[in-house]
Amino acid sequence: MAQQAALPELASVPWRARADERWLLRYGRLWHAWTVLYTVPFLAAGAAILVLAPIAAPVALVALAHAWIIPELYAFRGASVVRPKGPRREGVAEPVAQGFLGDLLGHEARELHGRTGLALERAGLGAWLVGEGGALLVTQGGRRVHCFCVGVTDRGLPPSDRVAHLLLALRTDEEGFATVANHAFAGAPWRVRRRLPVAMRPALDAARARVASA
Amino acid sequence: MARLVRMDGSGHSMLAEWTERDDEAFEAAVAEFRRQLDEGYIGTVPDGPRSATHVRELPRDAELVILRRPIAGG
Repeated sequence: MAQQAALPELASVPWRARADERWLLRYGRLWHAWTVLYTVPFLAAGAAILVLAPIAAPVALVALAHAWIIPELYAFRGASVVRPKGPRREGVAEPVAQGFLGDLLGHEARELHGRTGLALERAGLGAWLVGEGGALLVTQGGRRVHCFCVGVTDRGLPPSDRVAHLLLALRTDEEGFATVANHAFAGAPWRVRRRLPVAMRPALDAARARVASA
Repeated sequence: MARLVRMDGSGHSMLAEWTERDDEAFEAAVAEFRRQLDEGYIGTVPDGPRSATHVRELPRDAELVILRRPIAGG
C-alpha cells in the first residue's frame, strides 16, 4: 500500500513552517504579547486622562472602551471559526452524514457532537474541537486555545460531512492539519468561551477537562 | 467485505466492495479508486481509534477506504 504520513494538502502551502508544539507555544506567546501591547497603552492613557484632566473623563472612557473592545473583537474572530457557516445542506444527506461521522467518533464524542456540533478529538498537541469550517485546539493544560480556520473545498457537503473531512485530515497528520489551517487567534479559554454560541460552550469545557486530566 | 466510500453531497456513496479473494471485484474497485483520485479526491484509511492513513493506491486488506475532498485554510 502506497502510504504517506504527511497530509497531501501541505503541498499547497510549501512556504509554511510545520506547526508543531514549539510553533504553537511561540504563537501563543506572540498573541499574548500582542494583546498586552494594544491594551496597556489604552488603559494607561485612560487612567492618565482621568488623573490629569478629570473634565476629560469621556475621552478617558473612550480609551478604556478601546482597551476592552479590541481584545473582544479578536476573541470573537477566534470563536467564529467554529460557527456554522455556508449553505445548510441538511435535507436527506445530513442524517446519512451524521451516521457516518458517528461511526468515526467514539460514543462520548458522538454524544458531545450531537449536543454541540463540535467533535472532540484528543491528539498529540492537545484536545481538538472540530467544527464545520474550523477547529479549536486546547493546549497547555487547558490554559490556552488556538483557533484555526480550515474547511473543505467542496461547499456542497452536508455539515457532518464537513466535520468528518476535517477529522480524517486531522487523524492523518495532526501537525500537517494545523499547518494547512489558517491560525486565527490564540488566547485564554474564557475569552473564546464567552464568544462561542451557548450550545457550543460545553464542548470547550469538555476539551479543557480532557487536557487537564491528561 | 471491504468498502470504498466517497463522502459527497449525498452524505456518502458506496462506490465498490471487494474481498481479498475476489480479484475481479478488487480490480474494479482499483479502477474506481483511481478514477476518483483523478477527480481530486483523497484516499484515506481509518486504521485506528484516532488514526488514519493517506493512501495513493487501494489497499487490498483494508476494511474501509474513504474518499474525501481536500481541505484548505479558510
